[in-house]
Amino acid sequence: MANFDQELDASGLNCPLPILRAKKALGTLEAGQVLRIIATDPGSVKDFEAFAKQTGNELMESGEEGGKFVFLIKKA
Amino acid sequence: MSDQKKMAIIATKGTLDWAYPPFILASTAAALGYEVQIFWTFYGLQCLKKDLNLQVTSLGNPGMPMPMPMPVVVQALPGMQSMMTMMMKQKMKSKGVASVEDLRELCIEADVKMVACQMTVDLFDMNPSDFIDGVEFGGAATFFEFAGEADITLYI
Repeated sequence: MANFDQELDASGLNCPLPILRAKKALGTLEAGQVLRIIATDPGSVKDFEAFAKQTGNELMESGEEGGKFVFLIKKA
Repeated sequence: MSDQKKMAIIATKGTLDWAYPPFILASTAAALGYEVQIFWTFYGLQCLKKDLNLQVTSLGNPGMPMPMPMPVVVQALPGMQSMMTMMMKQKMKSKGVASVEDLRELCIEADVKMVACQMTVDLFDMNPSDFIDGVEFGGAATFFEFAGEADITLYI
């Protein structure tokens, strides 16, 4: 996994909280900085794709690590 | 900003389960950059009270998953509604589902506009001071002013 500037642990949270928390965390970042998100909600895989597409923030990586879902989003 | 997408919701339900769709969709849409307005009418106005006392019932709702089969007459016994409400809240908490209070707070933080139906307020003699701060009051024409320019309009 690439480097990141901030990490958000959304483990145990269900829809729509991982997206809402990510949105909030991205708000504290500068353009070009990367947020790493950890989630356990299986729905978050498609949701973060959709979130990135609609907000213009880039979903750099989406994968699984130790039974959790991990995403890297670069702020636009 | 005129190119911002807009979503208008009419929310008519005042039960714990049905409070979720408007708040989930509104908070998520706001996170995606939408401008959102919810028009709360009839029982939906319960969702705007400072002190939320939303309940859930299986009565009239055969689709509700029950922990065990239960005849309808038993479901109608006194105390069953508060028990089901308590169980539903526990289940939601254990599954990481946000509380209605939290989702509502997230909506307000995200500038989701809440409009209360003035007619319903009058009809049920509701007290505007029982509602959370920032609620605006209006009628059908107020809804159309926003909905007429909305990209998405939902009736819940």
